[in-house]
Amino acid sequence: MNSRIASELRLPSSALISADAMIRLEDVAVRYRAPEERLGTFKEYAIRRLQRRVRYADFFALDGINLEVRRGEIFGIIGRNGAGKSTLLKVVSRVLVPRRGRLYLGGEVSPLLELGAGFHPELTGRENVMLNGTLLGRTRRELEARMDSIVDFAELGNFIEAPLRTYSSGMAARLGFAVATAWQPDILLVDEVLAVGDEAFQHKCQVRMQTFRDAGTTALIVTHDMVTAAALCARAAWLERGKICSIGPTARVIEDYRAA
Amino acid sequence: MKTETAPRRPQVYDSLKRGPVAVEELRGLIKYRDLIYQLVRRDLVSRYKRSALGIVWTMLNPLGMMVVLSVVFSQLFRTVEGYPAYVLSGLLAWNFFSQTTSAAMTQMVWGSTLLHRIYLPRTTFVVSAIGTGLVNLVLALVPLLLVVIVIGLPLRWTLTFLPVPILLLTAFSLGVGLLFSAWAIYFPDVAEMYQLLLVAWLYMTPVIYPAETIPEAYRYWFFHLNPMYYMVEIFRKPIFSGVLPSFAQLGAAASIAFITLALGWIVFSSRADEFTYRV
Repeated sequence: MNSRIASELRLPSSALISADAMIRLEDVAVRYRAPEERLGTFKEYAIRRLQRRVRYADFFALDGINLEVRRGEIFGIIGRNGAGKSTLLKVVSRVLVPRRGRLYLGGEVSPLLELGAGFHPELTGRENVMLNGTLLGRTRRELEARMDSIVDFAELGNFIEAPLRTYSSGMAARLGFAVATAWQPDILLVDEVLAVGDEAFQHKCQVRMQTFRDAGTTALIVTHDMVTAAALCARAAWLERGKICSIGPTARVIEDYRAA
Repeated sequence: MKTETAPRRPQVYDSLKRGPVAVEELRGLIKYRDLIYQLVRRDLVSRYKRSALGIVWTMLNPLGMMVVLSVVFSQLFRTVEGYPAYVLSGLLAWNFFSQTTSAAMTQMVWGSTLLHRIYLPRTTFVVSAIGTGLVNLVLALVPLLLVVIVIGLPLRWTLTFLPVPILLLTAFSLGVGLLFSAWAIYFPDVAEMYQLLLVAWLYMTPVIYPAETIPEAYRYWFFHLNPMYYMVEIFRKPIFSGVLPSFAQLGAAASIAFITLALGWIVFSSRADEFTYRV
């Protein structure tokens, strides 16, 4: 499948979605509309508005994206900086609501992008697990049930009762990874290659990702690194200026990308 | 790693079947209720963790304000018997409103960095700011009751009516907090302008002075156009006067509170999808 066939995906919106689809985007567009000059305060904005001098510049971060990722598939997104790769992840994680098009998700999305979001330095490791975990949509009961295995995996031992400000950055990152991956996700979103902690811990992370893969987790991976993409993903898409230039088997997409 | 998970239905999402954002937000809050609890807990714990007196500060703070105001104003407002209880009860209602709505804006600005990174119900931060204020208010009722006893006012059964004014105050503050934070997320100076507005608003509301201070001719318009007049009155009456608010007052307060809440919820929801488009 490549971009020429993509128009076939532009199905009527009532179209049934195959039970196999885990992520599906239909004609998705994300348009940023920013004032041409930065209006930092309401005062500035109100004055400019009265002078009728607020001009906007439109910018399409994503335009006409059609994509389907099937259950258990590891799908890669490649492309240069500013091509819209991260915007695409934001759409799939529902952070950005597209201006146009349809997003379908066949399961819960677990973004492995923001490890340790909301960590607070004054709270203990345990309290931060509760805060970070609930931010990721877990319930208190679920987190309490998994607490021991999270602490074990992060290799924190008694430090779990100490305030987070006493942690090294590696310890905090390990805790963040342990919370984010404590459950087998339906859909995993990964931005760039994961580099958390020392070599031994990185190995543990890889093993865990492998377990997810074997258990049928669907994954969307954004990367600059063609070696990673080729090694992990059976299919991939090449994104350029918010559009899909090529989509299909990873080897061919990389070839197209390199040829350009 | 444990693999046995409690069986759960897959959470399917389809942007075509989304429905109104206002409803989606409400559902989201129910799903993320434990997060609200954790955010409230974080606010309370991080504030008190490093101070020796801990949670006692919440109670001492309004007491200190009351002492200052009583010393300054009790000569001026000699007509008010039990002025300390008068001013403290008004102050608790006012502080709840001013602190929760201000905190809603700060929390929203802080939370917007998180909203750029992970999906959350967008109302989370405003609701948790109100939640923190609610805990503080309930704690501050303890010193209030002490003051009532010390200055010799009777403890009346009307105190059991307090949950009703607290509920209305909460609804009103949530509505105002949502309206202003949907705006403050774009412009940081909105929070500063709001502080100025609060000062003016406090002096237009009979919190520190008795309502009778305003000449009778103006009183009606002066107060009846001010939503906080009703909120303070219905909160103060059961404590200070030992009577229930009149039906008219209660009706007005309830209408204002729930209309403001509905308006705030709808306006906030209608803008919520735009928040993450702000670069």
